[in-house]
Amino acid sequence: MASSYNAKEEDGHHSGAPAHGGAAAAAAKSKKPDNTAFKQQRLPAWQPILTAGTVLPAFFVIGLIFIPIGIGLFVTSNNIREFEVTATPTRDTSNVFMYYGLSNFYQNHRRYVKSRDDSQLYGDRSALTNPSKECEPYRMSDGQAIAPCGAIANSLFNDTLELYHIDSNGTRNTIPLVKKGIAWWTDKHVKFRNPGGNNNLTAAFRGTSKPVNWRKPVYDLDPSDPDNNGFINEDFIVWMRTAALPTFRKLYRIIQKKAVTTPTLPSGRYVLNISYNYPVLSFDGRKRMILSTISWMGGKNPFLGIAYITVGSICFFLGVVLLIIHHKYDTRNNSADIPN
Amino acid sequence: PYLCEERRVRANDREYNEKFQYASNCIMTSKYNIITFLPVNLFEQFQEVANTYFLFLLILQLIPQISSLSWFTTIVPLALVLTITAVKDATDDYFRHKSDNQVNNRQSQVLIRGLLQNEKWMNVRVGDIIKLENNQFVAADLLLLSSSEPHGLCYIETAELDGETNMKVRQSVSVTSELGDQNNLSSFNGEVVCEPPNNKLDRFCGTLYWRDKKYTLTNQNMLLRGCVLRNTEACYGLVIFAGPDTKLMQNSGRTKFKRTSIDRLMNTLVLWIFGFLVCMGVILAIGNAVWEREVGSLFQSYLPWDPPVDNFLFNAFLSFWSYVIILNTVVPISLYVSVEVIRLGHSYFINWDQHMFCSQCNTAAEARTTTLNEELGQVEYIFSDKTGTLTQNIMSFNKCSINGQTFGKYPLGPQPKRLDFTPFNPLADLDFCFYDDTLLESVKVGDLHTQEFFRLLSLCHTVMSEEKSEGELVYKAQSPDEGALVTAARNFGFVFRSRTPGTISTTEMGRPATYTLLAILDFNNIRKRMSVIVRNAEGRIRLYCKGADTVLLERLHPCNQELTNITSDHLNEYAADGLRTLALAYRDLTEDEWEAWSESHRCADKATDCREDRLAAAYEQIEQDMMLLGATAIEDKLQEGVPETIAVLSLANIKIWVLTGDKQETAVNIGYSCKMLTDDMTEVFIISGHTVQSVRQELRSVSLTGRTAACPPSSWSTLPCPPPPPPPPPPPPSNLMDNISGEFALIINGHSLAHALEADMETEFLSTACACKAVICCRVTPLQKAQVVELIKKHKKAVTLAIGDGANDVSMIKSAHIGVGISGQEGIQAVLASDYSFSQFRFLQRLLLVHGRWSYLRMCRFLCYFFYKNFAFTMVHFWFGFFCGFSAQTVYDQYFITLYNIVYTSLPVLAMGIFDQDVPDHRSLEYPKLYEPGQLNLLFNKKEFFICIAQGIYTSVVLFFVPYAVLSDASQSNGVPLADYQTFAVTTATALVIVVSVQIALDTGFWTVINHVCVWGSLGSYFTIMFALHSQSLFRIFPNQFHFVGSAQSTLLQPVVWLTIALATAICIVPVLAFRFLKLDLKPQLSDTVRYTQLVRQKKRKPGRLGARGGSRRSGYAFAHQEGFGELITSGKNMRLSSMALASFASRHSSGWIDTLRRKKHTSAQHLGGVQSSTQLCLWVSSSTLKLLLCSGRLTRYTY
Repeated sequence: MASSYNAKEEDGHHSGAPAHGGAAAAAAKSKKPDNTAFKQQRLPAWQPILTAGTVLPAFFVIGLIFIPIGIGLFVTSNNIREFEVTATPTRDTSNVFMYYGLSNFYQNHRRYVKSRDDSQLYGDRSALTNPSKECEPYRMSDGQAIAPCGAIANSLFNDTLELYHIDSNGTRNTIPLVKKGIAWWTDKHVKFRNPGGNNNLTAAFRGTSKPVNWRKPVYDLDPSDPDNNGFINEDFIVWMRTAALPTFRKLYRIIQKKAVTTPTLPSGRYVLNISYNYPVLSFDGRKRMILSTISWMGGKNPFLGIAYITVGSICFFLGVVLLIIHHKYDTRNNSADIPN
Repeated sequence: PYLCEERRVRANDREYNEKFQYASNCIMTSKYNIITFLPVNLFEQFQEVANTYFLFLLILQLIPQISSLSWFTTIVPLALVLTITAVKDATDDYFRHKSDNQVNNRQSQVLIRGLLQNEKWMNVRVGDIIKLENNQFVAADLLLLSSSEPHGLCYIETAELDGETNMKVRQSVSVTSELGDQNNLSSFNGEVVCEPPNNKLDRFCGTLYWRDKKYTLTNQNMLLRGCVLRNTEACYGLVIFAGPDTKLMQNSGRTKFKRTSIDRLMNTLVLWIFGFLVCMGVILAIGNAVWEREVGSLFQSYLPWDPPVDNFLFNAFLSFWSYVIILNTVVPISLYVSVEVIRLGHSYFINWDQHMFCSQCNTAAEARTTTLNEELGQVEYIFSDKTGTLTQNIMSFNKCSINGQTFGKYPLGPQPKRLDFTPFNPLADLDFCFYDDTLLESVKVGDLHTQEFFRLLSLCHTVMSEEKSEGELVYKAQSPDEGALVTAARNFGFVFRSRTPGTISTTEMGRPATYTLLAILDFNNIRKRMSVIVRNAEGRIRLYCKGADTVLLERLHPCNQELTNITSDHLNEYAADGLRTLALAYRDLTEDEWEAWSESHRCADKATDCREDRLAAAYEQIEQDMMLLGATAIEDKLQEGVPETIAVLSLANIKIWVLTGDKQETAVNIGYSCKMLTDDMTEVFIISGHTVQSVRQELRSVSLTGRTAACPPSSWSTLPCPPPPPPPPPPPPSNLMDNISGEFALIINGHSLAHALEADMETEFLSTACACKAVICCRVTPLQKAQVVELIKKHKKAVTLAIGDGANDVSMIKSAHIGVGISGQEGIQAVLASDYSFSQFRFLQRLLLVHGRWSYLRMCRFLCYFFYKNFAFTMVHFWFGFFCGFSAQTVYDQYFITLYNIVYTSLPVLAMGIFDQDVPDHRSLEYPKLYEPGQLNLLFNKKEFFICIAQGIYTSVVLFFVPYAVLSDASQSNGVPLADYQTFAVTTATALVIVVSVQIALDTGFWTVINHVCVWGSLGSYFTIMFALHSQSLFRIFPNQFHFVGSAQSTLLQPVVWLTIALATAICIVPVLAFRFLKLDLKPQLSDTVRYTQLVRQKKRKPGRLGARGGSRRSGYAFAHQEGFGELITSGKNMRLSSMALASFASRHSSGWIDTLRRKKHTSAQHLGGVQSSTQLCLWVSSSTLKLLLCSGRLTRYTY
């Protein structure tokens, strides 16, 4: 503190009669702050205010936009057919998607979510034999690294669903279910990779052990198709993409449309054959099978349409109410010069 | 033997002195050096609770069972905060180092082994003898040994130390003063024993032992560090205290760290939020316990408990900490940093403001403390010093009345021409301003009265002159008033040139003249006049007297009656203009009269008992039957724009108290001229009792009068001066004062204030004072100034601001919430202690009404939004907890959590916090009422906080449940379900960023380019960074760190996602919009203000009252607060011993004049309150309408 008194030393302190400091003052630089719009806080600025002229139209506009969107969504959603297990198929000519649903299954639990090793799944060799600690307690089995490690992989959904159409003769026709194209493109092509490429998976996975709950090792998930085997098996990839909520569904198979004119699933009797491997009763879970068609906006989603219609109507209504209030109780017009 | 109670210093004996290890003269105000910086600074920073808290969180995150977030989500912001703070600390310390170095490296001349050597200040040791030259700073606390001036006298200016600009005299002990030259001094080996270092500036006691004799040392022998040597060629001093031991350093204690009320509120709120955080943690932990028991235990086939965690209770306990980690963002670490950044920005705007730049002194305003800005918008009480703050402390000779004729009319017109004195008088002072040429004419034509008038002014004073070269005169006056008068005489041809103890030399109309000075009848506060008796060249003896009109007009010869009446009118006129007046008179003495009086004077002078009274009686005896010459009017120049500023500030509901060390009459005079006191006031109360009893009675009578003030304005004669009125009945509880009617002013004297501030009376005093519109405390000590401030702080819960310029204001500047220093003419102690400094009082209105108001507004808006956005962000985790088994799974990607506060949402709110404006600056000056929300704390308080929190929680509900409802069953157009965790996370995060951006767009009222860049830039950065983090290339490098590969693309390509975001935004924003619109439409905040200002403007324009009443005459024999150099002059001590005759003259009075001076000062100060007030009060209290008009005229112009 004390040090600062030197500041004025050179200027010379005036005492008694005024002394002329003209020379010194001229020599000293002017400390006048710059006259810039920024420093003087005079930057040009847009100063919006909420007036009746801007707010009320905004409400009406929101209403006018939301209501039609809502109606559109609602109609679209209603056109989508979605059937749970005991479903009657349609005459739709588009692809039909087959989902399995689980409820009360906490794929979003913190310990569950983190229990995986993305390096291993990316085909990293060192991670293959030495998986991340996050995978505990599904990391090692009998001294061998588990591949794929972790709780997510361990709990892979392994029921198989088969759908048969019973034609008029009473014969069962297997409906072809496409098992590829059900995963995210990035998952399939970027995120998941087999160690050492796709040739000779058995060799690649040597020295690893299968997950505890699994019946067969990872390289036997789909021996028929090397492009769908090992880590890049799409059923596996789909399962590894954890769900956000405890009740979820996952894409299982796609029923390809046949032709423009014939329905994908013609009406008739169908049989769903489930090989029940996956226990859910222990934790009070439920399993579902869903068949659904898809529109531009995805699957059936009545909520969105209704919500849009509601919000739009409320906005419209609010606009009207505010307009009335504004006209009845407006006080601002009295004070002419509110600065703006 | 070393005793800590005393200090021993032996001159010229470094070895001896080193034994005691006294502090060296090196000062160090810096805190760190290069090596210690990091550890010390980090240690200091982690003493902050917030930082420690985040460190604790960081440690928690390292425990795998707890860690719900990666460690970097905490360490990145923490490191950022620590770095920013460290950089700031380092810069501050760098400048401290620099200034330390500069001071330490100053040169001073040290006497070593008989030779003068240049040494740096820091190398000066205790016990050294150093030589000082004129205008040098004193390097350490010195004992004055000898001086180039006679009698070992030297003059110092102590402005840096105590703020007083008048010179002080120091004298060395007589034995050492004879030492004279270096040779003698180098063999001087006296030993000083004195008290240990302390901070008492006016006290020193010690003893000098030399040649087996003892000499007592007092403060009168000391030169303290920080003083400047003046009017003394050189002097030698012995270093007694050095460096940190000097009184200056001992006085510069660490300034208290000031916090604003928003700070305190913020801290409370943060504590509440912690409580809230713990509550939520507990709720979720309980939920976790229940879930783990009911569901989790069954789910173990898929998700077993971690090996060390084997039961649900332990699980719940861990989950509590996990939730503390993920919910801690409700109190983001960036809050404190952002607040500091905003305040720093505001401080720069204050520094950059051209409207607060004074071109005369080339100083811009400076925010010395950067942490108080928003409190400037909440000030309720201003405590102002008078001299140098309200006034310039410049006196100018403005008008005069000579022989019944008044001079000095201010010519009308835009550019009045200043009189040019030089052709007529080469000795004229160029700075002198006068506009009325009739006076000059009158002198030129040789009007006798005019000449005698100026002759008086050139002779009757105690000014000392210094003539460096022919014609270049410098006057040294004890008071600026005297200087102004002598300078006026100088310019009108009666030039005071020099004086000796017995003569005064002048140049009268170009001819040199010498008068024999027979006697100086010096000024004191009781006499209120001074006279000189001179004999002119022809041998005629004349007494010249100038003094307060009240005392002088009584002592005139009866034949002056007519002239007295006219002059009285003039005096009234002058007083109405707020000028300080003096009456001038003379009396011719015959030789006999002089001889007789001279004898009686000598007797009185020699008397040992009651010398004062006898002298006064002797003076009284001769100052009779005088002939009136005229009167002078001096303007105590107010600083520019003071009345306007005070008017505007009081319109803003800010109460202004003037606390001054000045005399009551001067203070009141200024009170009127700066429009604090007006003649419209119902009553002006004076409290000047000397005892507890009388003060109490006066206070009570004030409250009584206040309550019965419905009656017409009472007469001034009721003013309760001694004798005190009969004791009134005990007053009812004093808060009745709140509802009194009428405008009152309170003037209280220092000695009364001492009683009023005692514990049992302070509430009474406070309620009285607060009921008054204006309060003036005069004759107060620096300590009392601080006490008054503390009183308000303690009882009123209001924000106080103290403004002053001198060292005597330092205490109040430090104790007020905000201290403002005027960087003017007096020392810079006040500036050093202050939080803000500028050079003109009028800048205060801009500082408060514009910068303060904006700062407050911006800070409040910032805080509201900041809490809102963090609650909206964080509470989503809470809702998600119910759907993820209370497992402390985050909704968002961890990178989003890391970057949300420091990248995605920081800049728009910072831009708003720095640049926002609701009304432009000139409007806030035009409508001072706009300031009120700050005082009432309306913009950010607990209620507003809860509204923000509620809005934040509402937003979080919408942000979680809308995506939940939409996405749970939705699927992409290729059939893949959308309800996977990563899509959900991206959708929610995007919706959040968009909602808070729309909200900031709504909150921002002033969209500069920067705001646009920040808002759009933040949105842009969000998408850019998200796409980068979700890109394949990053994943390929770190597959374990970037799980979200491809999510951004796959999510944001879905129309459903965008529809969800739009829906959530609409649901969040529409109610806010409707609510704001309704509030604006039905209860506009500004309308009251506008209406009110309209009213005030009309009132100001109202004509009338012009010249309705005469002004109250406020005669100020405004010589300084103490006597002049009269005795010093006649004693001859200050004169060079040019001749033996003078030497012998001087030796008669050789001792003790300083003691006499001090004694007199003491007694006169005691008299002052009582006597003065009784004679003066009735005069100044009446009106000054003219002045009022003047001010209102200016005001009208000012506010257009």
